[in-house]
Amino acid sequence: MALENTGYLEYEELVQIQTIPDEERFKKGAVAVIECVQQIPCNPCEAACSRKAIIIGNPITNLPIVNGDECTGCGICVSKCPGMAIFIVNKVHSETKATVAFPYEYFPIPTEGEEVKAVNRKGEVVCDGKVIKVMNPKAFDHTPVITIEIPKEYVDQVRSIQRRRAE
Amino acid sequence: MQTKNKGADTMCLRVENHVILEVDNNVPLVQITVDGKMIAAKEGEPILAALLANGIKINRYTLKKQEPRGLFCGIGQCTDCAMVVDGKPNVRTCITPVRDGMVVETQNGLHKEVERK
Amino acid sequence: MIEKDVVIVGAGPAGLAAGIEASKAGANVLIIDLNIKPGGQLFKQIHKFFGSSAHRSGTRGMDIGMLLLREAEENGVEIWLKSTVIGLFPGNKVAVEKGLENEAKEVVTILAKKIIVATGASENVVRFKGWTKPGVMGAGAAQTMINVNHVKPGEKVVMLGSGNVGLIVSYQLMQAGCDVVALVEAAPKIGGYAVHAAKIRRAGVPIYMKHTIIEAIGDETDCVKEVVIAEVDDKFQPISGTEKVIEADCVAIAAGLKPTVELTRLLNCEFTFNGVFGGFIPLHNKNMETSVEGVYVAGDATGVEEANTALEEGRIAGIAAAQSLSLIADKEAEEKKDAIWKRLEMLRLGPFGERRLSAKEVVLAEYLNKVGMPQAEIKLKG
Repeated sequence: MALENTGYLEYEELVQIQTIPDEERFKKGAVAVIECVQQIPCNPCEAACSRKAIIIGNPITNLPIVNGDECTGCGICVSKCPGMAIFIVNKVHSETKATVAFPYEYFPIPTEGEEVKAVNRKGEVVCDGKVIKVMNPKAFDHTPVITIEIPKEYVDQVRSIQRRRAE
Repeated sequence: MQTKNKGADTMCLRVENHVILEVDNNVPLVQITVDGKMIAAKEGEPILAALLANGIKINRYTLKKQEPRGLFCGIGQCTDCAMVVDGKPNVRTCITPVRDGMVVETQNGLHKEVERK
Repeated sequence: MIEKDVVIVGAGPAGLAAGIEASKAGANVLIIDLNIKPGGQLFKQIHKFFGSSAHRSGTRGMDIGMLLLREAEENGVEIWLKSTVIGLFPGNKVAVEKGLENEAKEVVTILAKKIIVATGASENVVRFKGWTKPGVMGAGAAQTMINVNHVKPGEKVVMLGSGNVGLIVSYQLMQAGCDVVALVEAAPKIGGYAVHAAKIRRAGVPIYMKHTIIEAIGDETDCVKEVVIAEVDDKFQPISGTEKVIEADCVAIAAGLKPTVELTRLLNCEFTFNGVFGGFIPLHNKNMETSVEGVYVAGDATGVEEANTALEEGRIAGIAAAQSLSLIADKEAEEKKDAIWKRLEMLRLGPFGERRLSAKEVVLAEYLNKVGMPQAEIKLKG
């Protein structure tokens, strides 16, 4: 696994290891993509979903599986994952744009409408993006979930934004 | 930016904003004297934290080679941050809270009184 | 002489959990800790913990610390802070340098019916040229500064080591506003969880695998200003010509931890060496009792793991100590301990945990072999 040597996954690798929603599901709108590929004893994502769309079961080291029929892409699980490995991807946001939601715990937190630099799993800037939603309710326990809008072609690459600095 | 040794209070290394931690920037300040110079410290914080916040990274010099030492373990185990506090040497500054009017000095070797014995 | 049912050394997760359980059973408990505040290293763990719902997973370590402190208080656990245990003597005597007001100290001896040693662990060091210069520190020290004291140890940090501590502290340094200019790892593979590595990669931290630090270069005051790294060969020797100079004012060393065992050594407890657990550890049984009757251990002091395992081991030690004082019925105690051992097994699953699961079994077997049957079991069978 390249991951162990580099600290990031190639998308192709991810698809091989983790069960992620198929293209048919992506066509129906926002859905959780879980990039959790090691058998860590951990299951808060399973408990986080009130629709029971995330299944780990026994043993606790099973990789989580998303039931695409139940997942509505609400994003609650994103804030609960201690590994920050859950993203909400909407490939049909508009004709040309997709959205990606991710956890973001750095100061300053971006604001809705802000133009940002979208980065891939290696931290490289791949395109410009725009923040369309910032969720940071008390229940998220200081893990804001940021949704950005990006050109469709980058949706499988983009997983965060460039870290900004305090003024 | 070059890190200055002593009293370089122009540089602020305090964490002022944080998404997770509630940083209280209104903690009452106390004054302590470090090698003759007054610096501001947050009430109750360890001496070492106050020094770092004021850009002071050296706590003591070793006995034989006069090499500087600073923060190393941060939890009272290693003694690298020992200083002379209110005349008393070998005080672990990482686990000793500041007090208003405290006099802190960089420790040289074992400190003079001990060496004389 | 002050007398206590149970004296616990260390108010971290293991010590607090032990104190809570023993106190719940009705024991008169005193915890002694050298720090200004209780909680051990929990309050610098500002990330959400992994684990199962049974272990409050998804909760930040610092919040688990708050819950523990509240529980300890509710159960009447007494804690002496700024106080150092300076000796343990035969007959269960505990010598304490007790911290008083105005930094004054007083030596006090306590007679303890049972002693629980939960002294935690200390950070390992990697020696390179200039490793003693101000600015070079343990990753845990850097973490304490940012998360507990809210002070940055430097602006630009080079992290050495890709275990979970190195990865998590790198992330937290950025949360505090520092830049992590490099993460250096001598091994060809990342040591910690991939998800931790992934989040610092996304934030743009360059990870140098098969690299090490050659030298920390000081400025005119001899504080760190530059760090020289180089690639290493298969024998971890630096390859000449691959050196790279990185501007940095802080080096954080995350090279693992070793159990803090001075006190159990003083008592001549039987020891064993276990690489998985970080070095020499006191042998113990399923009651967490050492080879010295009435002396228990818990947490990292019995082998380096993590906060959740420390908590659970602390609970076992607290229950077992209360049980041996006949404060809790044998049946109830055994059931409680069994349930905790089952939860511990769950925490030691998966490719990262299973080494610790089997290492623990080796330690328990060695105890049976060298020391014999645990006291409580003998009593039950008799």
